[in-house]
Amino acid sequence: METKAFQKIYTKIIQITKATCSLRATGIGYEELAIINGRLAQVVKIIGDLVTLQVFGGTEGIPTNAEVVFMGKPPVLSVSDDLAGRFFNAFGNPIDGGPSVDGEEREIGGPSVNPVRRKQPSELIATGIAGIDLNNTIVTGQKIPFFADPDQPFNQVMAMVAMRAKADKIILGGMGLTNDDYLFYKSIFENAGALDRIISFVNTTEDPPVERLLVPDMALTAAEYFAVDKQQSVLVLLTDMTLYADALSIVSNRMDQIPSKDSMPGSLYSDLAKIYEKAVQFPDGGSITIIAVTTLSGGDITHAIPDNTGYITEGQLFLRKDSDIGKVVVDPFRSLSRLKQLVIGKKTRKDHPQVMNTAIRLFADAAQAKTKLENGFDLTDYDERTLKFGKEYSDKLLAIDVNVDIDNMLKTAWRLFAKHFTRAEVAIRSEFMEQYWKGE
Amino acid sequence: MKKTVTNTKGKIAGIISNLVIVEVDGPVSQNEICYISLTGINLMAEVIKVFEKKVFVQVFESTRGLKVGQEVEFTGAMLEVTLGPGILSRNYDGLQHDLDKMDGVFLKRGDYTQALNFEKLWDYKPIAKAGDTVYAGDWIGEVTENVMPHKIMVPFKLSDKYTVKSVVKAGKYDVNKMVAILTDKKNKDIEVSMIQTWPVKVPIKNYKNKPRPFKLLETGVRTIDTLNPIVEGGTGFIPGPFGSGKTVLQHAISKQAEADIVIVAACGERANEVVEIFTEFPEIDDPRTGRKLMERTTIIANTSNMPVAAREASVYTAMTIAEYYRSMGLKVLLLADSTSRWAQALREMSNRMEELPGQDAFPMDLPAIISNFYSRAGFTYLNNGETGSITFIGTVSPAGGNLKEPVTESTKKAARCFYALSQQRADSKRYPAIDPIDSYSKYLEYPELQDYLRENISKDWIDKVLTAKNYLLRGKEASEQINILGDDGVPIDYHLRFWRGEVIDFVILQQDAFDDIDKQTTLERQKFLLEKVLDICETEFQFESFDEVNPYFKRVINNLKQMNYSEFKSEKFNNYLTELTSIIDERK
Ligand SMILES: Nc1ncnc2c1ncn2[C@@H]1O[C@H](COP(=O)(O)OP(=O)(O)O)[C@@H](O)[C@H]1O
Ligand SMILES: [Mg+2]
Repeated sequence: METKAFQKIYTKIIQITKATCSLRATGIGYEELAIINGRLAQVVKIIGDLVTLQVFGGTEGIPTNAEVVFMGKPPVLSVSDDLAGRFFNAFGNPIDGGPSVDGEEREIGGPSVNPVRRKQPSELIATGIAGIDLNNTIVTGQKIPFFADPDQPFNQVMAMVAMRAKADKIILGGMGLTNDDYLFYKSIFENAGALDRIISFVNTTEDPPVERLLVPDMALTAAEYFAVDKQQSVLVLLTDMTLYADALSIVSNRMDQIPSKDSMPGSLYSDLAKIYEKAVQFPDGGSITIIAVTTLSGGDITHAIPDNTGYITEGQLFLRKDSDIGKVVVDPFRSLSRLKQLVIGKKTRKDHPQVMNTAIRLFADAAQAKTKLENGFDLTDYDERTLKFGKEYSDKLLAIDVNVDIDNMLKTAWRLFAKHFTRAEVAIRSEFMEQYWKGE
Repeated sequence: MKKTVTNTKGKIAGIISNLVIVEVDGPVSQNEICYISLTGINLMAEVIKVFEKKVFVQVFESTRGLKVGQEVEFTGAMLEVTLGPGILSRNYDGLQHDLDKMDGVFLKRGDYTQALNFEKLWDYKPIAKAGDTVYAGDWIGEVTENVMPHKIMVPFKLSDKYTVKSVVKAGKYDVNKMVAILTDKKNKDIEVSMIQTWPVKVPIKNYKNKPRPFKLLETGVRTIDTLNPIVEGGTGFIPGPFGSGKTVLQHAISKQAEADIVIVAACGERANEVVEIFTEFPEIDDPRTGRKLMERTTIIANTSNMPVAAREASVYTAMTIAEYYRSMGLKVLLLADSTSRWAQALREMSNRMEELPGQDAFPMDLPAIISNFYSRAGFTYLNNGETGSITFIGTVSPAGGNLKEPVTESTKKAARCFYALSQQRADSKRYPAIDPIDSYSKYLEYPELQDYLRENISKDWIDKVLTAKNYLLRGKEASEQINILGDDGVPIDYHLRFWRGEVIDFVILQQDAFDDIDKQTTLERQKFLLEKVLDICETEFQFESFDEVNPYFKRVINNLKQMNYSEFKSEKFNNYLTELTSIIDERK
C-alpha cells in the first residue's frame, strides 16, 4: 500500500495512547485506513476535525511529528484465483516470499447476506469422527467452534476435520498462533498435497495482538470471493477466537469504553456475530462453513467469550480427556450441533436420531453410576452394565481417533446396546427395534 | 414514509461507530427520524439525545465512509410502520422494509423497500355507512387478506369523534384508494384509505378495556398446557442458557398455538434459524384455515449480523403490527427471540453516549423499558364489543446462564408465565427442558382461568394438575434422598416416589419437537394422558425389593412413550394401551 504523490501528509499528532493516535484532519471517512510512520491504522472516531486512529501494530515509539497519510478507503483484499496456495499476514500481504496478488480490491468486513436469500443448509460434512458425525453432525453453511482447554489437541483435530471434509477451498485464519502451530498447519497442508486448495491469513504470537482483528475479515472476504463468485464450498478455520476477543478488549479498554462482563466490551456479542454469521449456504451452490476454536480457561463456559460464542454459533464441540480410556473424546453432553436435525434421519439412516439419543441417555446413566461408585454406594446390576457400556461407548465411538462412516457408527451402537441392555432399557421406537435389534 | 414537514437540516459533526452527532439548524424532536446522505444513498437514523444544537442520532446502518460535514435531513416523524392489507406472509427487516423486494444476495445500505404492495387490488366491502359516528380504530370496511378477514379502520391517529360522510361501494381497489370520507366536529372532511401509519414506540390504545385474561391458549406443548398454561392475551418468557431449547420451543409454539395471526420477531439471533422459518412455514399445513401457516404469519428479521440499532426497533415494529391486528378482533401471537439482544442493543448505545451505567453496564431504565413493552400485550374488548388479543412470549438469553442478571430479573417482574429452561435437563436431553418445579404460570391462580378450565376440560382438572406437580416435587425430594443415602439406604417407598415423578417427566413433560406425532398434543389427549399417568401414580404396586422397581417402571414408561409416538386412539395406540394395562395388573 503505497502513498500517492497528491496525498496530504499530516505531521502533528496531538494525543497518543497505547493503541490510538489522534490528530486534526478534515475530509476523512469513517473506518478509513491511514499509515502512521509506516504502520497501518484505522479511523475509529471523528469529533469535528479531531480524528482518532487505532494503530494495529501498537503505538510504541510513535513520535508526535510522525507522518500520517490517509488512504481514502477502508481495509481491502485483492481477490483472484491466485490467492490459492498462498500465505498472508493480517493485512493480506504475502509472507511466503511470493509476489503480491493481483485482483479486484474488495472491502473487508462487507455487508451481510439478506436472510431471505439464504438457503437452508443441507449438505452433511463427514469427518469420520463419531463424536461429530453420529452425535453432532455438521453441515455446509454451519458455524461451530471447538471448545477446548489450551492443552487439548484442538489444532490437530481441526486440521484432521479440514482434510477429511470435501471442501473446494480451506481458508485458515490464524490468530495468535504459535510459530510451532503455524508450521504444523503448513506441513499438514503440504503433506496432504492440498496446498492449491488452501489459503492462510496468519497472525502469530510474534505479531502485535491488535493486528489479529483483521484476520477473520480477511479470511472471510477471500471465502466470499470463492463461495459467491466461483460457487465453491469453502471451509474457514478460525483459531483461536479467544485471542481475537482478547484483542477486542485491549482496544476497547484503551479507548475508555465501559467494560461489561469479564472486562469484555459491551458489543462483544455483535462483534463476534458479524464474523460467525458470514457462514452461509448460498442459493446457487456456494457455501461458507466456519469451524473455529475457542479456548477455555479451566473448562469455564460461563466466561463471556465462550458464553457469547455459544449464543451465536450453531452448537459447539467440546473436547475433553476421558481418563477411563486415556483418550480425548468429543463430550456428548456439552457438545451440540444445532443443524444436525437438517440431515440426520434424512440424509442418514432413519434410526440415526433415536440411536444417537439413546446412546447418550445410557451414557448419562453410566455417569450417574460412576458418581454412585465414587460416593461408596452399592451398584445395581443395571449400574454395572451401564458402566461397561460407558467405557466401550467412549472408546469405540466418542474418541477422536475413530474414523469410520456413519452406517458403521450406527452398527457399533446397536451392537453395544444388544451387548449390555434389554429391549425395554433401550426403548427405541419399535419399528427400528424390529429392524436392527440384535439382542434377546 | 418520508415526510418533510419541518425541513430541519443538519450536518455531521462527529462519528463514533453507529452514533453520529449532527449539528442542526432548526427544531428536532426526540426519536425523530432523519436521513444522512452519503453519495447517492440515504441512511436512516433516529434521534436519541439532543444537546443544544448538537443532536445525537443512532444510524440503522453501517457508518463506514461517513464524513464530517455531510448533510442530514430530518423528517418530522418518529419511526413509523405502514399498516394495511398485505402485511401477512411478508418478511420484513426491523424497520419494516420488505426483504424479498431487495435486490441481490447481500443487503445494501439505504435499500429501503416498501412494506406494502401498492398495485395489488383487494376485494373491499364497506362496513360503516354514511351517518355513522366513529372513533379511531372503528371498522369501516373489510378485505380478505390471504384467508383472514382484514378490517380497514378509522386511522388510529384521529383522536376525535367523526361522522361518516360517504363510503365507496364494494369493489376491487388498491390500498391507496380513498374508501371513506369522515367529517370532524368542525365540519372538515378527512379522507381515509386502506393504509395508515403509526409510530412504533407508542402503544395503540383504541380498545374499550383490557380485562384480566381468562381463556386458555392451547399450544400443544404438554408441559405448558397441562402444567403451566398460558392464556389468550397473556405474557410469558423463556430464559435459558444457550442450547437449552428456547428457539425450538418458540418455534413449536408458533407452529401449533391456537392463534389467528402469528408474528415472529427474530431479534439479534441466528440467520439460519429465520431461514428455517422461511423454509418451513410456507410448507406447513394449517388445520385452522386449510392453507399454509405462512399465510397468517409475518416475520420481522433483524438477525445478529444486521444493524444493531434496527434490532432495538424490530421488537417495537413487531408489537405495533400485532396491535394493528388485535384491533381487528383477532387473536395474535407475538414471539420475540431474543429480548436480551434488544437489551444489549440498548446497552451498546448507552455506553457510546457515555451514560451512567446501571447493573452489568445496562441502561438504568432497562426495567421500565421492559415492563412498558410487555404491558402492550393483553386481551381487549374493542369499542364494538368484539375481542382481540396479543399473547406475547419472549426468550431471554442470560449471560453465563445465570438468572440473576438485569434482563431476566426485569422480565420476571413484567411477564406472568416463567418457563425456565434448565441446563441440566437439556444436558440429559430431557426436552423441552422447562424446569417443572421452578417454572410457573401465574394464570393458574386466576379464578377466571380456573373456571374456564373446569368448564372446558373437567371439573377436577386443577386438582389433577396440582397433584401431578406434587408428585414431581416429591419425586425430586426422593431422588435427593436416594443420592445421599444410597439405593438400599432408603425404604422402597422412596423408589416408588422417585419413579412416579419420572413417569410424569418422561411421559408428560418430555416431548419430541421433531417427531410428527409427539410434537403436538391436543387438549383431549393431554387430559387422557394426565388421567392415565395419575392412575398409575395412585396405584398401590407390590415390590419385594428396590431393584425390581427400576426395570418395572422403565417398562411402564417405554409403553407410554410408544403411545405418545402413535396416532391417538389408533390401533397401534390401543394395542399399547392394552399392553400397559396388563403390565400394571402384574404388580397390583
Ligand atoms: N423439544 C426438543 N426436542 C428435541 N430436541 C430439542 C428440543 N428442544 C431443543 N432441542 C435440541 O437442542 C438444540 C438447541 O435448541 P435451541 O432451541 O436452538 O436452543 P437455544 O435457543 O436455547 O439456544 C436443538 O438444536 C435441538 O437439538
Ligand atoms: Mg435460540
